[in-house]
Amino acid sequence: MDVINHDILIVGGGGAGLRAAIEISKSNPSLKTAVVSKVYPMRSHTVAAEGGSAAVLKEDDNHDLHAYDTVKGSDFLADQDAVEVFVRDATREVVQIERWGCPWNREEDGRIATRWFGGMSRKRTLHAADKTGFHLLHALFQTSLKYDTLMRYDEWFVAALLVDEGKLGGVLALDTRRGVFSILAAKAVILCTGGVGRMYAFTSNAGIKTGDGAALAYRAGAPIKDMEFIQFHPSGLLRTGILITEASRGEGGYLYNKDGKRFMENYAPSKMELAPRDIVSRSIIEEVLAGRGFEGPYGSYVQLDLRHLGEAKIMEKLPMVRELCLDFAGMDPVYEPIPIRPTMHYTMGGVHTDKDGKTPIAGLYAAGEGGCVSIHGANRLGSNSLTELLVFGARAGRSAAEYVPISKPCSSERLQSLAKREMDIIQKRYMQPGNGKEKAGAILADLRKTMDEKVGIYRTDDGLKDAVQIIQRLKERFTGIRITQQSKVFNTELTGAMELDNMLEIAHVIAMNARIRKESRGGHARKDFPKRDDEQFLHHSLVFKTPEGPKRETFPVTITKWKPEERKY
Amino acid sequence: MGEEITLNITRYNPDKDGKYTTQRYSIPYKNDWSILDALNYVKAELDGSLTYRWSCRMAVCGSCGMMVNGTPRLTCSTYLNEFYPKEITIEPLANFPVIRDLVVDINDFMAKLKSAKPWIIRKNKRDEDDTSKEYLQTTGQMDKYYQQTLCINCTLCYAACPVYGLHPDFLGPAVIALGHRYNKDSRDEGKADRREVLASEHGVWKCTVVGDCTEVCPKHVDPSAAIQRTKVDSAINWFFSFLTGRK
Ligand SMILES: Cc1cc2nc3c(=O)[nH]c(=O)nc-3n(C[C@H](O)[C@H](O)[C@H](O)COP(=O)(O)OP(=O)(O)OC[C@H]3O[C@@H](n4cnc5c(N)ncnc54)[C@H](O)[C@@H]3O)c2cc1C
Ligand code: SF4
Ligand code: FES
Repeated sequence: MDVINHDILIVGGGGAGLRAAIEISKSNPSLKTAVVSKVYPMRSHTVAAEGGSAAVLKEDDNHDLHAYDTVKGSDFLADQDAVEVFVRDATREVVQIERWGCPWNREEDGRIATRWFGGMSRKRTLHAADKTGFHLLHALFQTSLKYDTLMRYDEWFVAALLVDEGKLGGVLALDTRRGVFSILAAKAVILCTGGVGRMYAFTSNAGIKTGDGAALAYRAGAPIKDMEFIQFHPSGLLRTGILITEASRGEGGYLYNKDGKRFMENYAPSKMELAPRDIVSRSIIEEVLAGRGFEGPYGSYVQLDLRHLGEAKIMEKLPMVRELCLDFAGMDPVYEPIPIRPTMHYTMGGVHTDKDGKTPIAGLYAAGEGGCVSIHGANRLGSNSLTELLVFGARAGRSAAEYVPISKPCSSERLQSLAKREMDIIQKRYMQPGNGKEKAGAILADLRKTMDEKVGIYRTDDGLKDAVQIIQRLKERFTGIRITQQSKVFNTELTGAMELDNMLEIAHVIAMNARIRKESRGGHARKDFPKRDDEQFLHHSLVFKTPEGPKRETFPVTITKWKPEERKY
Repeated sequence: MGEEITLNITRYNPDKDGKYTTQRYSIPYKNDWSILDALNYVKAELDGSLTYRWSCRMAVCGSCGMMVNGTPRLTCSTYLNEFYPKEITIEPLANFPVIRDLVVDINDFMAKLKSAKPWIIRKNKRDEDDTSKEYLQTTGQMDKYYQQTLCINCTLCYAACPVYGLHPDFLGPAVIALGHRYNKDSRDEGKADRREVLASEHGVWKCTVVGDCTEVCPKHVDPSAAIQRTKVDSAINWFFSFLTGRK
């Protein structure tokens, strides 16, 4: 098999991956660095982020306030040392991206403007209209083009990590265009592969968010952390789950039930619509369960009303919300309230890393939504994620660049034999067309239904027990999967099968962890254990893959300044 | 069985026979389905080998452009109900080499994108990575370039551009619009660096002002206007360099 040598490979061309790539290219252009991505970088799902990116910029704000808001938002599961690093670097990073051309909205005097966001005690969310992720990603991508030394493998799919005795040697990757697998050797690999959203049916996430990075790391022996914490965003458009940004509430939008009441009064009287997402999402479900939701052909919903903001403000601050409503719901928020219900949105857990993106495998790093430092703990505050991409993308880039000169590459023979073993698995698992009977689409549909129904906003022991069993059965069905073609060129049936396999692997861990965590904390809400239980569960979960199945360990939460307290808004 | 709609889809697989064919699929008609929903239905239920790109399904990632009844469109935000009960023809984007079925090769576009130097260029290089404070920029200054930041690189404008169809060397609408975007940004000082490319023989002067690019652009970037303004700018510049003897 072909071997192409590198110093550092970045898997993923979203915000985190590109920020890491630029950091390395700018600080050490002599390193042979490449970005491998299964889609062209500017197609990565960072492009869809809407509302904004949080950082301390204004005189009335300070780093301790941002850190405290983040820790409280996380329901005290975030590591406070990491959060302190995060809020400090954040200020520098959002200015850096301004210098790289991001068109942040401005104050009258030309300085960067900020808006309100859920769970933030100050107006600290920078934004580029409501297309923040789009502008941020394109600014990063375009800036990355100025480094001639930075290589790219666009539309290459990473199928396995090659790890030799606890040390990373490279990846096995499929050039989808040619249909050929190669070894991309590297002393360090940074996984920036994003979240797992597609395993849910009702989600704001793109088709490419299939948890590949978590599955790659997990199979290679690295632990994945806090996977049970999934964020549901309060405002998904009916039918599709497409996101209507929290900025619509940040700019003053109201939530109404069918009695015309702003129901958040009953759940978070001090923050109202701007309580953190886990709380608002549960409140919507409570309203619907109490019979106070609206009913329609796409199920129960509540209304998000922006009409009082007026057309001018909507067009200035929320133009994408209007576009999305017109294009995907056939209604205009200037004249009508938007029908919404909670949509699966964000993966708090991910590949276990420290503050510098390091995982327990030497040479393996992770950053972005696919990593877990953790600064989000049990619930991420809106607009902390885009900032996280910048802060931890850059930090992982720096630490990988420091590691490379002191590490030795894996021998080519060793890589070949590791790759051969992986290729055998791939041949057997995914490439035997006609042998199986199971349709990938049917397995995926069953997985998504199970996750929505049993591993959703509210969870119970019975439901989670079912979910684990169903997922195990789906994994068995997967071994009989049918691929109808053996074409090499752009075989999306093959990549689709690999993605499905990844989702099944991770879904199992999510459901298992959710069942073991017999408490309610942040995004993880158990009907049968409605209270947070710090005595038993103030810890992270780390899960390792073993021949006997997933093995869960606990890992301490770092607490520096802020003792856990009751989380009320 | 309810109502049905027919899709005529271009098939091409260089691994098989390398011939272009059209395949007909009859699928259930749902008035709230996008063309992308319909393709996903075909792939999941009828024919796993059908090949196309998509990701965000919310008209922002730029992956899903195809020719729909002869016009370049984003298929995730184009609905069956616009055509029903008529048949729908779905082909790969025009003017690009086809990789397979509805997937086209955009590497030429990607290379051109880089050639326009789409990043902030400063005379003092140290400014570029200085994080001590932001550049100031008023909303008025931002308005001068903001419209051209909205490009999602979907390449629909290339599929619509007759000049690009005839002269594949032409930089094309989106790339020129992007060069223009940086030229007009008050933070940028790189206009002279970009002139070489934008005003080259493959640059703005090739455009014959057909305006189809602006017509098909789903994000209202108005590349046609950006091209005309860049022409004016480079003409003025040429005139001044003539006067002052500077080139
Ligand atoms: C609709 C929406 C709106 C949002 N709005 C906000 C917001 O306003 N503020 C905020 O802070 N956060 C927001 N978020 C969250 C935030 O956008 C994401 O968490 C973040 O963009 C993830 O970035 P990333 O770089 O980690 O991954 P992504 O941008 O998802 O990129 C993942 C990359 O990995 C690559 N990849 C994955 N698997 C493989 C593989 N096997 N082989 C090769 N490449 C691979 C992909 O090609 C891609 O390039 C939003 C999220 C959504 C869905
Ligand atoms: S200018 Fe418009 S049509 Fe052309 S690539 Fe950009 S968004 Fe697409
Ligand atoms: S799927 Fe992203 S633009 Fe259509």
